[in-house]
Amino acid sequence: MNLKTSFILKRLLAVSSFMLLLLLVSMFLGLSMGSAGNNLKAVWQSVFGAGRAESIIDTIIWQIRFPRVILATLVGATLSLGGLVFQALLRNPLAEPYILGISGGAAVGAIIGILMKLSRFPGVTMTAFAGSMATLFLILVIASDQAVLKKDSLLLSGVMVNAFCSAIIMFLVSLAQDSSLHNIIFWLMGDLSMTDIKQVSMLAATLIPCYVLIFWFSHKMNLLLMGKEMAQTMGVNVKYVTLILLVVTSFMVSATVSHCGLLGFVGLVMPHLLRLIFGPDHRVLVPACLIGGGAYMVLCDLLARVLPKEGEMPAGVITAMIGAPLFIILLRRSGR
Amino acid sequence: MTTAIDVTNLSYSYGASKVLKDISFSVQKGDFFIIIGPNGSGKTTLMKVIAGIAKPENGRLNVMGLPLMNYARKTLARTVSFVPQMIPIEFPFTVTEMVMMGRAPHMGLLGLEQEKDLDITHRSIDFTGIKHLADRKLNQLSGGERQRVFIARAICQEPQIILLDEPTASLDLAHQVRVMDLMEKLKEEKGITIIMVSHDVNLAAMYGNSLLMLKAGQIVSMGQVNEVLTFKTLENAYGCPLLIDENPLGKFPRITLVPQKFMSPDIRAGKSGNKKSISRTISK
Repeated sequence: MNLKTSFILKRLLAVSSFMLLLLLVSMFLGLSMGSAGNNLKAVWQSVFGAGRAESIIDTIIWQIRFPRVILATLVGATLSLGGLVFQALLRNPLAEPYILGISGGAAVGAIIGILMKLSRFPGVTMTAFAGSMATLFLILVIASDQAVLKKDSLLLSGVMVNAFCSAIIMFLVSLAQDSSLHNIIFWLMGDLSMTDIKQVSMLAATLIPCYVLIFWFSHKMNLLLMGKEMAQTMGVNVKYVTLILLVVTSFMVSATVSHCGLLGFVGLVMPHLLRLIFGPDHRVLVPACLIGGGAYMVLCDLLARVLPKEGEMPAGVITAMIGAPLFIILLRRSGR
Repeated sequence: MTTAIDVTNLSYSYGASKVLKDISFSVQKGDFFIIIGPNGSGKTTLMKVIAGIAKPENGRLNVMGLPLMNYARKTLARTVSFVPQMIPIEFPFTVTEMVMMGRAPHMGLLGLEQEKDLDITHRSIDFTGIKHLADRKLNQLSGGERQRVFIARAICQEPQIILLDEPTASLDLAHQVRVMDLMEKLKEEKGITIIMVSHDVNLAAMYGNSLLMLKAGQIVSMGQVNEVLTFKTLENAYGCPLLIDENPLGKFPRITLVPQKFMSPDIRAGKSGNKKSISRTISK
């Protein structure tokens, strides 16, 4: 492989470095701001070792904000990548784990896991995974009955599955009579606050291999955009690639859902924005979505922490407030 | 070995309905082979079977002398490339990006292109005369331009056989001739075997070396243009009044559709004669 001539590799590196810069800036802001006040200078000093800040601020920055910022990065990256993969596989620019009901299914699984008092990892993650696979299967069965994966039938199936999942969630929540009720509801709305560095590193160790695997298939996703049959005549093992990507993506999404609940529409914003800027080549879009999605989520979480005068709101509120209008705009545009 | 495609007793069904029934034929290397026939006769299915997309339920299919089953996916993709009726374009690749995707079966997993791949991409773009469009997005092109991009992609795959499913449907006259001329040039200059499904019997008469006519999943007729495009086979296949005479361009037939208003009142009322006599009266 002659790296000098590979145009796509150069573009990949350029785009990634640019996005990485954005991510670092947003992480820096995420570390610096919060209910305990703004500590831009303290973070700067702490990161670049020019003297230690007061220990209490240091604790807030590194024990509380740091795991949270990393969690936000991982979750944003995963959900954005999830949206990108579903959009490519279903050749539907409106597909996204939350809209399709995959996240909802994972949430049902996760709540069952929580009620069974399983540990968060691997117990709840696995029940969430089972839930997401079940909904994925259900959606594909419902949608494939009509002209396969047509835009409307797919979205309608997603909406129905989502409604069904919400009903089950409400049912399960009404069964749970202990004090954890408030927690479950807060978690459902997409909450990044309850975490520590150990859980975050475990989540990272789960997710990063999935990222690598998906990047590995990024050129195949380009070919799949031309349709299954065309991809096949160009040497792609369509069934195998589709299956692996669907399963890996559902697994990733389940892992994030079991950690921080439902964060809607994240998989819509970044893939669309980045496709607009960098074009539809997945070899560039996969890393760009990972890094950009991370940055986006860190900023959304920051808003969720900073906007309310007292306390904070779940980050899912912010992502839905940004994402849902965008979804409507995209729906109108694609309808033309 | 001179056959590119060799089909023996091939059948294919969608569920309960048999689309291809016991078909046998062969295509010579370097041939311009055109498959014609009415709607629903199984032409597209036959293409898909040859392209390796649809698996025949029985029968043999050899590609360049080897059974299709013996091909690995990528090897088949380096031998046969396919231009379908439609390629979705919701995702706005540029022309160059789309053409370069044809290199996929020659590249590794990530599809990182090397100098040779870029070279072949540019040559395919030149060959199809779309250099001026190279940086345009696919969704900004007209139907005819897009069709040439898809053909460039197929050429970029460096196959020995190119399959085209109705490449001239929905194109204007100038683009129809352009696409057909392009395919002939491909055959003449690169020795690539062209297999095409077409609805246009006149284009088939002008460009095809060999023709195959399908009806209801069976072969009605095959051979040279003058053997296949006879009044009898055409009327049998399409069941509508036609007028056949010699094309002023050469020794091949020209087919004209006959609208009802040009028929005599007797015939319109169905009183006298068969359709054969209609065409005779009109041709005189």
